[in-house]
Amino acid sequence: MSVNDLFKKELKVVNMGLKSFYNDVKSQDVSAIQVNWKPKAGGKKKMMDLLGKLNKSN
Amino acid sequence: MQNIIDNANKEALEIIQNGQPTLIGLGIAGEVIPGMAKDLFLHAGPPISWNKMSGPLRGAVMAGVLYEGLASTPEEAAEYAASGKLHYDPCHHHDAVGPMAGVVTSKMPVWIVENKAYGNRAYCTLNEGLGKVMRMGAYGPEVIERLQWMEKVLYPVLKETIEIHGPIDLKVLIAQALQMGDEVHNRNKAATSLLIREIAPSIVKTSFSEADKVAVLEFLNSNDHTALNLSMPAAKATLEPAGEVKHSTIVYTMARNGTEFGIRVAGLGNRWFTAPAEIVDGLYFPGFSMKDANPDIGDSCITETLGLGGFSMATAPAIVQFVGGTPKDAVRYTTSMYEITTEESKSYKLPTMNFRGSPTGIDIRKVIESQTLPVINTGIASKEAGVGQVGAGVVHPPMACFEQALEAYVTLLDDEGLLEE
Repeated sequence: MSVNDLFKKELKVVNMGLKSFYNDVKSQDVSAIQVNWKPKAGGKKKMMDLLGKLNKSN
Repeated sequence: MQNIIDNANKEALEIIQNGQPTLIGLGIAGEVIPGMAKDLFLHAGPPISWNKMSGPLRGAVMAGVLYEGLASTPEEAAEYAASGKLHYDPCHHHDAVGPMAGVVTSKMPVWIVENKAYGNRAYCTLNEGLGKVMRMGAYGPEVIERLQWMEKVLYPVLKETIEIHGPIDLKVLIAQALQMGDEVHNRNKAATSLLIREIAPSIVKTSFSEADKVAVLEFLNSNDHTALNLSMPAAKATLEPAGEVKHSTIVYTMARNGTEFGIRVAGLGNRWFTAPAEIVDGLYFPGFSMKDANPDIGDSCITETLGLGGFSMATAPAIVQFVGGTPKDAVRYTTSMYEITTEESKSYKLPTMNFRGSPTGIDIRKVIESQTLPVINTGIASKEAGVGQVGAGVVHPPMACFEQALEAYVTLLDDEGLLEE
């Protein structure tokens, strides 16, 4: 399906990440849901490193 | 490394699932609580000194000083409390828990709960009721008079009642209350009703006057939170043995002293990881607002630590209006708690979650990884000593507690040579 065909149909949007994208789509009466997703450890490098040390199997 | 952690957590969860909290009787704090002394006041949350205590904790300590007869006016009580003549220690260091300020003094009567599976005990004072009460930081004459009545009338009647009745299985009582719309932290109406139903005949059989027996039944019946002071030591008694499992990343204590929030993690022993307690987002009584609120306070989130309270909000739709929110929010809260826990309770089932077991065994790794914090529903005390409760709502521990604990845990394993290069 080409992109142009897609926009001729009713849009159903699943948004991940910044909620402002979801809000913009929703404000134009487009069916949309926001996925409750956060980057691992909130993207905090120190915490990701600590978790990484524990995830190594032995 | 993951195997060591997973095996340790499996062991901790087995201990938690097997817990058999049982009410075995009542006693006087100074006689039954380990390490209790006349000059020792226990309090909720992690350790704190008088000069760092918030208003409601100071107020409750002052009430304790007046109740113990160590001073005769609030001014004298404050002076005595600050004089260095008293020692302060967390309830949690003495196998005890206390709601809100959680102050326990030597003369106070306490429930005695034994975990029949492991033999350990937990202690908690008797609930004073609502309004101006010591646990909310009130210290007026009516507070002291009620405490004295509890010691002179309520305690001996209940003590003899349980001797006549025999032990009460709190695991069964809590499991039933969860089927009846309680989450046993902020809603204890069903658990209190079940307790009264269970012990009322034995109260009648005691040797006390009819007036005393009627007064005790009326007091218990007038206070929906009577059973909170049993669900808390039940949770404490269940979790405590899990706190000894080496290398486990399971949280076995969450508690607040009104200034700081603290957690303890099984694999890290008795060490507290603390950060400033947060202001509760909730509904305030008429005439009060967030600016009147004290930061989060109390040991009652031991119920959440076990997977009850805010973790089981879905089963208590009646409470959501009290703490602010909708039944849909309650289901969302409970659903999100499965993200940070290890198992579902085999005993505490939630009807509105298709009878799933309550989310059990908070893992610090999951909290950090998902950035999802435990949900706690709680009462809100005024920041001013002597005022009492000003609302109720939902609150979370600070993420910093979990971050510090994870860092300490990794350091511990590194020191033990268990981390791969």
